[in-house]
Amino acid sequence: MTSEAATIGLTHGASEDTGLGQRGPQSKSIVVPYGFWLFVLSDMVLFSALFATYATLVHATDGGPVTSQLFDRSLVAVETVSLLLSSFVCGLAMVAAKRANMVWTQVWLVLTGLLGLVFLVIELREFAGLVAIGAGPQRSAFLSSFFTLVGCHGAHVTAGLMWIGTMSAQIWAKGFQPHIVRRLLCLSIFWHALDIIWVAIFTIVYLIGTLP
Amino acid sequence: MTEPELERTNVAPGQPHDTLLSETVAYVIGLGLALVLTGVSFWVASTSALWGPGVAVGLVVLAIAQMGVHLVFFLHITSGPDNTNNVLALAFGVLIVFLVMVGTIWIMAHMNANMGISPELMNLQMQH
Repeated sequence: MTSEAATIGLTHGASEDTGLGQRGPQSKSIVVPYGFWLFVLSDMVLFSALFATYATLVHATDGGPVTSQLFDRSLVAVETVSLLLSSFVCGLAMVAAKRANMVWTQVWLVLTGLLGLVFLVIELREFAGLVAIGAGPQRSAFLSSFFTLVGCHGAHVTAGLMWIGTMSAQIWAKGFQPHIVRRLLCLSIFWHALDIIWVAIFTIVYLIGTLP
Repeated sequence: MTEPELERTNVAPGQPHDTLLSETVAYVIGLGLALVLTGVSFWVASTSALWGPGVAVGLVVLAIAQMGVHLVFFLHITSGPDNTNNVLALAFGVLIVFLVMVGTIWIMAHMNANMGISPELMNLQMQH
Protein backbone atom coordinates (compact mmCIF):
# COMPACT_ATOMS: atom_id res chain seq x y z
CA MET A 1 0.00 0.00 0.00
CA THR A 2 1.73 3.15 -1.17
CA SER A 3 1.19 6.51 0.48
CA GLU A 4 0.44 8.03 -2.91
CA ALA A 5 -2.43 5.62 -3.50
CA ALA A 6 -3.74 6.36 -0.02
CA THR A 7 -3.65 10.10 -0.71
CA ILE A 8 -5.82 9.90 -3.80
CA GLY A 9 -8.29 7.65 -2.05
CA LEU A 10 -7.61 4.31 -3.71
CA THR A 11 -6.88 2.62 -0.42
CA HIS A 12 -7.78 3.16 3.19
CA GLY A 13 -6.32 2.04 6.45
CA ALA A 14 -8.43 -0.10 8.69
CA SER A 15 -9.28 2.91 10.88
CA GLU A 16 -10.89 4.65 7.89
CA ASP A 17 -13.41 1.91 7.24
CA THR A 18 -16.17 3.56 5.24
CA GLY A 19 -18.65 0.77 5.88
CA LEU A 20 -18.87 0.24 2.13
CA GLY A 21 -17.23 -3.16 2.13
CA GLN A 22 -13.82 -4.00 0.82
CA ARG A 23 -11.57 -1.24 -0.43
CA GLY A 24 -10.19 -1.46 -3.92
CA PRO A 25 -10.78 -4.12 -6.55
CA GLN A 26 -10.66 -7.78 -5.70
CA SER A 27 -7.75 -9.86 -6.85
CA LYS A 28 -7.81 -11.42 -10.31
CA SER A 29 -8.36 -14.88 -8.84
CA ILE A 30 -11.78 -13.65 -7.65
CA VAL A 31 -12.73 -11.28 -10.49
CA VAL A 32 -11.96 -13.62 -13.41
CA PRO A 33 -14.05 -16.60 -12.23
CA TYR A 34 -16.82 -14.21 -11.16
CA GLY A 35 -16.94 -12.76 -14.67
CA PHE A 36 -16.99 -16.26 -16.09
CA TRP A 37 -19.81 -17.15 -13.69
CA LEU A 38 -21.80 -14.26 -15.19
CA PHE A 39 -21.14 -15.68 -18.68
CA VAL A 40 -22.33 -19.12 -17.58
CA LEU A 41 -25.51 -17.63 -16.15
CA SER A 42 -26.16 -15.79 -19.43
CA ASP A 43 -25.62 -19.10 -21.20
CA MET A 44 -28.34 -20.58 -19.00
CA VAL A 45 -30.64 -17.76 -20.10
CA LEU A 46 -29.90 -18.79 -23.70
CA PHE A 47 -30.85 -22.37 -22.85
CA SER A 48 -34.04 -21.21 -21.12
CA ALA A 49 -35.14 -19.72 -24.46
CA LEU A 50 -34.44 -23.06 -26.18
CA PHE A 51 -36.35 -24.93 -23.45
CA ALA A 52 -39.29 -22.56 -23.88
CA THR A 53 -39.22 -23.14 -27.64
CA TYR A 54 -39.14 -26.90 -27.12
CA ALA A 55 -42.02 -26.83 -24.63
CA THR A 56 -44.07 -24.76 -27.08
CA LEU A 57 -43.42 -27.01 -30.09
CA VAL A 58 -43.24 -30.46 -28.49
CA HIS A 59 -46.73 -31.43 -29.71
CA ALA A 60 -46.27 -29.93 -33.20
CA THR A 61 -45.32 -33.25 -34.76
CA ASP A 62 -46.89 -32.86 -38.21
CA GLY A 63 -48.10 -36.47 -38.10
CA GLY A 64 -44.53 -37.62 -37.60
CA PRO A 65 -43.00 -39.51 -34.67
CA VAL A 66 -43.80 -38.28 -31.16
CA THR A 67 -41.48 -38.17 -28.13
CA SER A 68 -42.50 -41.54 -26.67
CA GLN A 69 -41.64 -43.34 -29.92
CA LEU A 70 -38.14 -41.91 -30.29
CA PHE A 71 -36.26 -41.90 -27.01
CA ASP A 72 -34.42 -44.76 -25.34
CA ARG A 73 -34.32 -44.31 -21.56
CA SER A 74 -31.52 -46.77 -20.85
CA LEU A 75 -29.19 -44.92 -23.23
CA VAL A 76 -30.11 -41.65 -21.56
CA ALA A 77 -29.32 -43.18 -18.17
CA VAL A 78 -25.82 -44.09 -19.38
CA GLU A 79 -25.34 -40.58 -20.78
CA THR A 80 -26.51 -39.04 -17.50
CA VAL A 81 -24.23 -41.12 -15.32
CA SER A 82 -21.17 -40.55 -17.52
CA LEU A 83 -21.69 -36.78 -17.55
CA LEU A 84 -22.28 -36.74 -13.79
CA LEU A 85 -19.12 -38.75 -13.13
CA SER A 86 -17.26 -36.45 -15.51
CA SER A 87 -18.40 -33.44 -13.49
CA PHE A 88 -17.35 -35.14 -10.26
CA VAL A 89 -13.91 -36.06 -11.60
CA CYS A 90 -13.47 -32.49 -12.86
CA GLY A 91 -13.95 -31.36 -9.25
CA LEU A 92 -11.25 -33.79 -8.13
CA ALA A 93 -8.96 -32.30 -10.79
CA MET A 94 -9.53 -28.87 -9.23
CA VAL A 95 -8.69 -30.20 -5.77
CA ALA A 96 -5.43 -31.63 -7.15
CA ALA A 97 -4.65 -28.49 -9.18
CA LYS A 98 -5.06 -26.29 -6.11
CA ARG A 99 -2.24 -28.29 -4.52
CA ALA A 100 -0.15 -28.16 -7.72
CA ASN A 101 -0.16 -31.95 -8.00
CA MET A 102 0.72 -32.53 -11.66
CA VAL A 103 0.11 -36.29 -11.89
CA TRP A 104 -3.36 -36.34 -10.31
CA THR A 105 -4.48 -33.16 -12.05
CA GLN A 106 -3.63 -34.73 -15.40
CA VAL A 107 -5.17 -38.10 -14.51
CA TRP A 108 -8.46 -36.53 -13.40
CA LEU A 109 -8.54 -34.13 -16.36
CA VAL A 110 -8.04 -36.95 -18.88
CA LEU A 111 -10.73 -38.99 -17.13
CA THR A 112 -13.04 -35.97 -17.24
CA GLY A 113 -12.48 -35.72 -20.98
CA LEU A 114 -12.97 -39.45 -21.59
CA LEU A 115 -16.28 -39.54 -19.69
CA GLY A 116 -17.40 -36.45 -21.62
CA LEU A 117 -16.44 -38.24 -24.83
CA VAL A 118 -18.56 -41.26 -23.87
CA PHE A 119 -21.50 -38.91 -23.41
CA LEU A 120 -20.89 -37.21 -26.75
CA VAL A 121 -20.51 -40.46 -28.71
CA ILE A 122 -23.80 -41.82 -27.33
CA GLU A 123 -25.54 -38.56 -28.19
CA LEU A 124 -24.16 -38.48 -31.75
CA ARG A 125 -25.20 -42.11 -32.29
CA GLU A 126 -28.69 -41.23 -31.08
CA PHE A 127 -28.84 -38.29 -33.51
CA ALA A 128 -27.59 -40.45 -36.39
CA GLY A 129 -30.19 -43.10 -35.55
CA LEU A 130 -32.98 -40.52 -35.55
CA VAL A 131 -31.90 -39.10 -38.90
CA ALA A 132 -31.64 -42.64 -40.31
CA ILE A 133 -35.28 -43.43 -39.49
CA GLY A 134 -36.44 -40.17 -41.09
CA ALA A 135 -36.77 -38.26 -37.81
CA GLY A 136 -34.23 -35.59 -38.66
CA PRO A 137 -34.56 -31.91 -37.73
CA GLN A 138 -36.50 -31.09 -40.91
CA ARG A 139 -39.26 -33.64 -40.18
CA SER A 140 -41.38 -31.50 -37.83
CA ALA A 141 -41.26 -28.41 -35.64
CA PHE A 142 -40.94 -30.69 -32.63
CA LEU A 143 -37.83 -32.37 -34.06
CA SER A 144 -36.34 -29.02 -35.12
CA SER A 145 -36.61 -27.74 -31.57
CA PHE A 146 -35.37 -31.05 -30.15
CA PHE A 147 -32.21 -31.02 -32.27
CA THR A 148 -31.63 -27.33 -31.52
CA LEU A 149 -31.92 -27.77 -27.75
CA VAL A 150 -30.03 -31.03 -27.31
CA GLY A 151 -27.60 -30.23 -30.13
CA CYS A 152 -26.74 -26.88 -28.53
CA HIS A 153 -25.87 -28.70 -25.31
CA GLY A 154 -23.83 -31.21 -27.32
CA ALA A 155 -21.97 -28.36 -29.02
CA HIS A 156 -21.14 -26.96 -25.58
CA VAL A 157 -19.82 -30.36 -24.50
CA THR A 158 -17.69 -30.53 -27.67
CA ALA A 159 -16.24 -27.10 -26.93
CA GLY A 160 -15.63 -28.19 -23.34
CA LEU A 161 -13.75 -31.30 -24.51
CA MET A 162 -11.44 -29.19 -26.67
CA TRP A 163 -10.94 -26.83 -23.74
CA ILE A 164 -10.06 -29.77 -21.45
CA GLY A 165 -7.42 -30.92 -23.95
CA THR A 166 -6.02 -27.40 -24.17
CA MET A 167 -5.81 -26.98 -20.40
CA SER A 168 -4.20 -30.37 -19.97
CA ALA A 169 -1.49 -29.35 -22.44
CA GLN A 170 -1.05 -25.89 -20.89
CA ILE A 171 -0.63 -27.26 -17.37
CA TRP A 172 1.84 -29.81 -18.70
CA ALA A 173 3.86 -27.18 -20.57
CA LYS A 174 3.63 -24.19 -18.24
CA GLY A 175 2.94 -25.63 -14.80
CA PHE A 176 0.59 -24.24 -12.18
CA GLN A 177 1.05 -20.54 -12.83
CA PRO A 178 -1.70 -18.34 -11.40
CA HIS A 179 -3.21 -17.41 -14.77
CA ILE A 180 -3.26 -21.07 -15.89
CA VAL A 181 -5.02 -22.13 -12.69
CA ARG A 182 -7.58 -19.35 -13.23
CA ARG A 183 -8.32 -20.75 -16.68
CA LEU A 184 -8.70 -24.20 -15.17
CA LEU A 185 -11.15 -22.84 -12.61
CA CYS A 186 -13.22 -21.27 -15.40
CA LEU A 187 -13.19 -24.60 -17.22
CA SER A 188 -14.51 -26.39 -14.14
CA ILE A 189 -17.33 -23.80 -13.77
CA PHE A 190 -18.23 -24.36 -17.44
CA TRP A 191 -18.20 -28.14 -17.09
CA HIS A 192 -20.32 -28.21 -13.91
CA ALA A 193 -22.81 -25.81 -15.54
CA LEU A 194 -23.17 -28.14 -18.55
CA ASP A 195 -24.15 -30.95 -16.19
CA ILE A 196 -26.79 -28.70 -14.57
CA ILE A 197 -28.28 -28.02 -18.02
CA TRP A 198 -28.22 -31.73 -18.79
CA VAL A 199 -30.30 -32.39 -15.65
CA ALA A 200 -33.00 -30.15 -17.12
CA ILE A 201 -32.71 -31.85 -20.54
CA PHE A 202 -32.96 -35.44 -19.34
CA THR A 203 -35.90 -34.54 -17.10
CA ILE A 204 -37.93 -32.38 -19.48
CA VAL A 205 -37.07 -33.94 -22.84
CA TYR A 206 -36.37 -37.59 -22.12
CA LEU A 207 -38.17 -38.58 -18.91
CA ILE A 208 -41.31 -36.45 -19.20
CA GLY A 209 -41.31 -37.13 -22.95
CA THR A 210 -41.47 -40.89 -22.41
CA LEU A 211 -44.02 -40.99 -19.60
CA PRO A 212 -46.77 -43.55 -20.30
CA MET B 1 -4.80 -5.00 3.40
CA THR B 2 -2.84 -7.96 2.17
CA GLU B 3 -3.85 -10.32 -0.59
CA PRO B 4 -4.74 -13.32 1.62
CA GLU B 5 -7.00 -11.10 3.73
CA LEU B 6 -8.89 -10.01 0.64
CA GLU B 7 -9.19 -13.61 -0.51
CA ARG B 8 -10.92 -14.63 2.69
CA THR B 9 -13.74 -12.14 2.28
CA ASN B 10 -14.77 -13.51 -1.10
CA VAL B 11 -14.56 -16.78 -2.94
CA ALA B 12 -14.71 -17.43 -6.64
CA PRO B 13 -17.50 -19.67 -7.89
CA GLY B 14 -16.30 -23.21 -8.50
CA GLN B 15 -13.34 -22.81 -6.19
CA PRO B 16 -12.97 -25.54 -3.58
CA HIS B 17 -11.74 -24.25 -0.25
CA ASP B 18 -10.50 -25.97 2.94
CA THR B 19 -8.46 -29.08 3.40
CA LEU B 20 -7.84 -31.89 0.91
CA LEU B 21 -10.09 -34.25 2.85
CA SER B 22 -13.04 -31.90 3.34
CA GLU B 23 -12.93 -30.77 -0.30
CA THR B 24 -12.91 -34.34 -1.59
CA VAL B 25 -15.64 -35.37 0.84
CA ALA B 26 -17.82 -32.48 -0.39
CA TYR B 27 -17.49 -33.73 -3.98
CA VAL B 28 -18.23 -37.31 -2.92
CA ILE B 29 -21.35 -36.21 -1.00
CA GLY B 30 -22.45 -34.20 -4.02
CA LEU B 31 -21.93 -37.17 -6.33
CA GLY B 32 -23.86 -39.46 -3.98
CA LEU B 33 -26.82 -37.08 -3.67
CA ALA B 34 -26.89 -36.44 -7.42
CA LEU B 35 -26.82 -40.18 -8.15
CA VAL B 36 -29.66 -40.80 -5.69
CA LEU B 37 -31.77 -38.00 -7.16
CA THR B 38 -31.08 -39.22 -10.71
CA GLY B 39 -32.00 -42.78 -9.72
CA VAL B 40 -35.22 -41.61 -8.07
CA SER B 41 -36.06 -39.57 -11.19
CA PHE B 42 -35.69 -42.60 -13.46
CA TRP B 43 -37.63 -44.78 -11.01
CA VAL B 44 -40.46 -42.23 -10.69
CA ALA B 45 -40.69 -42.05 -14.48
CA SER B 46 -40.85 -45.84 -14.87
CA THR B 47 -43.07 -46.97 -12.01
CA SER B 48 -46.81 -47.24 -12.19
CA ALA B 49 -47.16 -47.07 -8.41
CA LEU B 50 -47.54 -43.29 -8.39
CA TRP B 51 -50.48 -41.10 -9.36
CA GLY B 52 -49.96 -40.46 -13.08
CA PRO B 53 -50.74 -36.75 -13.40
CA GLY B 54 -48.41 -35.88 -10.54
CA VAL B 55 -45.36 -37.63 -11.97
CA ALA B 56 -44.28 -34.79 -14.28
CA VAL B 57 -44.42 -32.27 -11.44
CA GLY B 58 -42.48 -34.64 -9.21
CA LEU B 59 -39.80 -35.03 -11.90
CA VAL B 60 -39.41 -31.25 -12.19
CA VAL B 61 -39.06 -30.95 -8.40
CA LEU B 62 -36.41 -33.70 -8.39
CA ALA B 63 -34.54 -31.93 -11.21
CA ILE B 64 -34.54 -28.63 -9.32
CA ALA B 65 -33.28 -30.42 -6.22
CA GLN B 66 -30.45 -31.98 -8.22
CA MET B 67 -29.51 -28.61 -9.69
CA GLY B 68 -29.30 -27.31 -6.12
CA VAL B 69 -26.99 -30.19 -5.19
CA HIS B 70 -24.74 -29.39 -8.16
CA LEU B 71 -24.65 -25.70 -7.25
CA VAL B 72 -23.76 -26.31 -3.61
CA PHE B 73 -21.39 -29.28 -3.79
CA PHE B 74 -19.77 -28.81 -7.24
CA LEU B 75 -19.91 -25.06 -7.83
CA HIS B 76 -19.64 -24.20 -4.10
CA ILE B 77 -22.37 -21.57 -4.21
CA THR B 78 -23.32 -21.27 -0.54
CA SER B 79 -25.19 -18.80 1.63
CA GLY B 80 -22.00 -17.68 3.37
CA PRO B 81 -21.11 -13.97 3.53
CA ASP B 82 -18.11 -14.60 1.24
CA ASN B 83 -20.47 -15.77 -1.49
CA THR B 84 -22.84 -12.79 -1.72
CA ASN B 85 -21.85 -11.71 -5.21
CA ASN B 86 -22.13 -15.21 -6.65
CA VAL B 87 -25.55 -15.75 -5.04
CA LEU B 88 -26.89 -12.39 -6.24
CA ALA B 89 -25.80 -13.12 -9.82
CA LEU B 90 -27.37 -16.57 -9.57
CA ALA B 91 -30.63 -15.13 -8.24
CA PHE B 92 -30.82 -12.71 -11.15
CA GLY B 93 -30.09 -15.52 -13.61
CA VAL B 94 -32.81 -17.70 -12.08
CA LEU B 95 -35.27 -14.79 -12.29
CA ILE B 96 -34.61 -14.30 -16.01
CA VAL B 97 -34.74 -18.03 -16.73
CA PHE B 98 -38.05 -18.27 -14.84
CA LEU B 99 -39.54 -15.28 -16.71
CA VAL B 100 -38.48 -16.56 -20.14
CA MET B 101 -39.69 -20.12 -19.61
CA VAL B 102 -42.91 -19.58 -17.67
CA GLY B 103 -43.77 -16.47 -19.67
CA THR B 104 -43.33 -18.23 -23.00
CA ILE B 105 -45.19 -21.38 -22.03
CA TRP B 106 -48.02 -19.41 -20.43
CA ILE B 107 -48.47 -16.99 -23.33
CA MET B 108 -48.17 -19.59 -26.07
CA ALA B 109 -50.65 -21.92 -24.35
CA HIS B 110 -53.17 -19.10 -24.04
CA MET B 111 -52.67 -18.07 -27.63
CA ASN B 112 -53.37 -21.63 -28.67
CA ALA B 113 -56.53 -21.64 -26.55
CA ASN B 114 -57.74 -18.18 -27.55
CA MET B 115 -57.20 -18.36 -31.29
CA GLY B 116 -60.53 -20.14 -31.55
CA ILE B 117 -59.24 -22.95 -33.70
CA SER B 118 -58.91 -26.57 -32.83
CA PRO B 119 -55.57 -27.82 -31.48
CA GLU B 120 -55.19 -30.01 -34.57
CA LEU B 121 -55.41 -26.99 -36.87
CA MET B 122 -53.07 -25.02 -34.63
CA ASN B 123 -50.69 -27.91 -34.79
CA LEU B 124 -50.77 -27.76 -38.59
CA GLN B 125 -50.15 -24.02 -38.62
CA MET B 126 -47.19 -24.21 -36.32
CA GLN B 127 -45.39 -26.61 -38.57
CA HIS B 128 -45.00 -24.10 -41.39
